[in-house]
Amino acid sequence: MFREVDNQSVFIYTGGRRFDPTLPVVVLIHGAGHDHSVWNFQARALAHHGLTVVAPDLPGHGRSPGPPLPDIESLATWIDCLLDALDVRTATIVGHSMGSLIALQYAASAGERVDRLILVGSVAPMPVAAPLLEAAARQPARAHAMINQWSYTPAHRLGASPVPGMVLANVNQCIMERQPDKALATDLAACNAYQGGLAAAESVTCPVALICGERDQMTPAKAARALHAALANQAPDVRIITLNGAGHAMMAEAPDQLSIAIRGFLSDYNKN
Amino acid sequence: MSRSGSFRAETLALHAGQTPDASFGARAAPIYFTTSYVFPDADHAAALFNLESPGHVYSRISNPTNAVLEERIAAMEGGVGAIAVSSGQAALHLAVVTLMGMGGHIVASRSLYGGSHNLFTYTLPRFGIHTSFVDPNDPQAWRNAIRPETRLLFGESIGNPGLDVLDIPTVADIAHDHGLPLLVDATLVTPCLQQPLSLGADLVMHSATKFLGGHGVAVGGLLVDGGRFDWEASGLFPTLTEPYDGFHGMDFAEESPVAAFALRARREGLRDFGACLSPMNAFQILQGMETLPLRMRSHVANAERVAEHLADSPQVEGVVYPGLASHPAHELAARLLPDGAGAVLSFELTGGREAGKVFIEALQVFSHLANVGDAKSLVIHPASTTHFRMNGDDLAQAGIGEGTVRLSIGLEHADDLLEDLDRGLQAVARWSKRR
Repeated sequence: MFREVDNQSVFIYTGGRRFDPTLPVVVLIHGAGHDHSVWNFQARALAHHGLTVVAPDLPGHGRSPGPPLPDIESLATWIDCLLDALDVRTATIVGHSMGSLIALQYAASAGERVDRLILVGSVAPMPVAAPLLEAAARQPARAHAMINQWSYTPAHRLGASPVPGMVLANVNQCIMERQPDKALATDLAACNAYQGGLAAAESVTCPVALICGERDQMTPAKAARALHAALANQAPDVRIITLNGAGHAMMAEAPDQLSIAIRGFLSDYNKN
Repeated sequence: MSRSGSFRAETLALHAGQTPDASFGARAAPIYFTTSYVFPDADHAAALFNLESPGHVYSRISNPTNAVLEERIAAMEGGVGAIAVSSGQAALHLAVVTLMGMGGHIVASRSLYGGSHNLFTYTLPRFGIHTSFVDPNDPQAWRNAIRPETRLLFGESIGNPGLDVLDIPTVADIAHDHGLPLLVDATLVTPCLQQPLSLGADLVMHSATKFLGGHGVAVGGLLVDGGRFDWEASGLFPTLTEPYDGFHGMDFAEESPVAAFALRARREGLRDFGACLSPMNAFQILQGMETLPLRMRSHVANAERVAEHLADSPQVEGVVYPGLASHPAHELAARLLPDGAGAVLSFELTGGREAGKVFIEALQVFSHLANVGDAKSLVIHPASTTHFRMNGDDLAQAGIGEGTVRLSIGLEHADDLLEDLDRGLQAVARWSKRR
């Protein structure tokens, strides 16, 4: 569906079910150079189990027009505008990679509007290697290849895909190729420049799940320790969930594991 | 920048799409001879049907052995995914019916495999889908043939019978200027000699029966989605960009902007038309693909020697092989097929129809049959076999001479092939003297 957010049309994928604001809302925020389609399986798994899913194409990505927003703070503010536009009072915010920084920054500033926070493949700060920043700005194809090299475990770059008949790395490359010019470079620069992550984490007051890929090279699980410690400052529950055998591209590499982890975390709080 | 994680063809041919079997560690791809798959619980069953979870439900839609083959060809072609089907013809049919219905129109090269020509000329019109055939070497002819209802441009990397080389970048540009995809039948080249997606094509199909298998024991087809065509921007493909009541009201391009075609082809095409591949055939084709890069190098080396040898023979009026400087598409072949122009060639015997029969009957190594792409060398004389009902004029219309002989060059020692061909040519010479 398309909605107006901040006077700009935005595409929102809802996981194959109609958007229903009377149900608990889960926002899925994609990462750098991506669009909503990275969340297909998780979005459908949530939308078919009593939740309503909001998986936007961020401005300047996928079907959402306009320039990409230049920094994590602006993107977090945009998430607030998105919830306003959808008339949503509270939501669970889930973000992957760059999306996790947006989710973190938003959760720190939004108070009770964020009921739970799920950070997938996240570290803070999230420095981006200079050669990747340079390639994203000047040689996108080279940047796509580097990201693919680091996002997938060897088993998933070469071996069998969880999705029959599909080559995950090529799907990812095609998604990145499709984004408008400058989207990836802008996103990676935003990740690299964002220094407020640990301070934001200390301000988060809702339950948090940090979901890590056991073999993630982009945001290694051990590098998330500082983020975990900062989140523990105020959050009532901060748990680390490790997905065995998964790399950074967890939504594609371990779709069921990730859906189960998200649903399990959410259902614990539904029971409480 | 190449796709498929920067691995090279030799590595992809052996590994892509397969990890050692989790239960027993089997290194070879196991043959999953099962029609269906046990659901661990009711929730998981529902999740599979809702596409919340990837996996196998029923082998008409997907099968683990077939998936290895699909992922291997997709990786080698640089596509996002592939569908394995029961034959090359099934792959072509699946592509067409995924993109259009009644009232649809195709612009196709006139240099096509006879089976494809039949499908377009005689069969699809019964279902309201019509085709215009064009000279593949004439860009303006491609442009002129496009109509408002056109939904696909189609050609073969190397087309029958003149072994025309399709100028994929040019035809792809024409297609894209009109918001249309280009499908290329790459059966005769395989991804080892050409990757049509990297040249601008949007979809690739193979008769896996030929060089991919290489052994001539299994019929199969493959259809690869390149993932780059923007169906939404084109606006001409409601099957991919509008909700489909037959599958959860899914808008395939919304679900997956890059794999909408593969998604619909599997979820509708395999489900409803049902031209699925047996996992036994998938396994056999996989065994062939493991050695494809090695084999294609040998096929090409042998073909080049044969072509040069025949060109020097007094019993031969002409040799048609894009690898020879005499072929009209030689320069194009050098550009688009730098590793070789395949292993199928034809030549014209002096002496016409009778000479062709004499030649074929004298051969001992070449097998006389109607196929190409086997590890064994093959020969056929169209005027006395596949086209025997046609007179000389009709043959000429089809681009075939009365003395035309088609060879598919195999992997035997090149010297043995040359000696065998010389045996045939000498028989023709003796026959010619007796006349």
